[in-house]
Amino acid sequence: MQETISFFSGFTPNDLWFLGEAALRTLWISALSITIGTILGGVFGWMLYEGKLTAALTLAPVLDIFRSVPLIIQLVLFYNFAPIVGLDLDPFGSGVVILTIYTAALVANVARGGIEAVGKPMRRAARSLGMSYWQDMRYVVLPIGGRAVFPAWVGVALGVMKDSALVSVLGYVELLKASQILITRTQEPFLILAIAGAFYFALSFPISRYAAKLEQRWAQ
Amino acid sequence: MFDYNFHWRPVLKNLPDLLGAGLLTLQVAVLAMVVGIVIGLALALIRMHMRGPLYWLATGWVELARNTPALFQLFFFGFGLGAFGLHLSPFAIVLCGLSFNCAGYLAENFRGGFQAVPETQLRAARSLGMTAWQAYTRIIIPQVFRIVYHPLTNQLVWAVLMSSLGMLVGFRELSGETQFFASRTFRIFEYFAATAVIYYVIVKIILLASRLLAARLFRY
Repeated sequence: MQETISFFSGFTPNDLWFLGEAALRTLWISALSITIGTILGGVFGWMLYEGKLTAALTLAPVLDIFRSVPLIIQLVLFYNFAPIVGLDLDPFGSGVVILTIYTAALVANVARGGIEAVGKPMRRAARSLGMSYWQDMRYVVLPIGGRAVFPAWVGVALGVMKDSALVSVLGYVELLKASQILITRTQEPFLILAIAGAFYFALSFPISRYAAKLEQRWAQ
Repeated sequence: MFDYNFHWRPVLKNLPDLLGAGLLTLQVAVLAMVVGIVIGLALALIRMHMRGPLYWLATGWVELARNTPALFQLFFFGFGLGAFGLHLSPFAIVLCGLSFNCAGYLAENFRGGFQAVPETQLRAARSLGMTAWQAYTRIIIPQVFRIVYHPLTNQLVWAVLMSSLGMLVGFRELSGETQFFASRTFRIFEYFAATAVIYYVIVKIILLASRLLAARLFRY
């Protein structure tokens, strides 16, 4: 008697390992993009604040583009644009570049808001005490403004972490792509999606709650 | 530097199709917003005034929508429901996913809006002889609307951008249509560049219309 061959096989503990690895890749690409993007966004925010008209006419519209075009389009566009200008980028590289710029575009506004949140009198007082421009930035604007916009920054960072799922469109096997692959093989969509969703939720929910609590405490 | 010949002719030829798909994108986004506003309002009111299972259901909805990737939510409506023998059309998947997401985010906006209107307003209206319904529709809701107007506009923009995920579940809105044409002609960069411009224009039109409407609505 001939045995029937099935293309599908059930969900095994091994697949959890596969999902775990993919989750790590999600974390890795998010952490990298958020870190670089935040630094870049801070610089952009400072430029927007200090650059006045020049920045408003040059930098602001460019950053605006990254906020007005869907991330998925940006990813596909850049991934296909890179070889045209002779860049050899894998899906991970393209994903990091676009996610970083995307983060920077969002953080720039947050950072500018933070600088604006520090009152002019406070800054004048700092300068009158003999602080240099950079001392004023480092010891007055950063702690006070940073605190004012920290919850907003957490929101941006969590948003980018969730949006990193879109890098799957380039073929980078992060958590959601891995679940899709497993679903195709095991035909158990509900279980696998629940695991993937639980991971994102377990990461995002406590952090957003913590940020909301901080916001409340600092508002008092 | 450029070893690549740009071919814009096929894009120009398909431009009417792309613009039509852009209209579909706008439709699904607006529809999702309408559903999202209705459900979001209900979720906000439930979370403010009720206890028990309904409260937990509403809270679960809001937190799930806010703390998991939009793509995950689309996959859930796409494949996840398949586990229960429920197969939605691509349009329904995108509409359900976007509505679910928008409702969650809007619920929090509405809650903030309701909390920003002092309770004394309601009591004052009631003591002037208004019924609860009159007090809500004439005193509270207009003030809440003013507060949530800009968040609503932003959410509509997000809905337009998020609808691009429809491409991954086989929905032929602007992104899906673009991918279809791009894979037929292999002019991926050109098609997606055109699409990026269309998205940008759609977003700018929404923001402009919203600003004009705000100038008309909030004259006092």
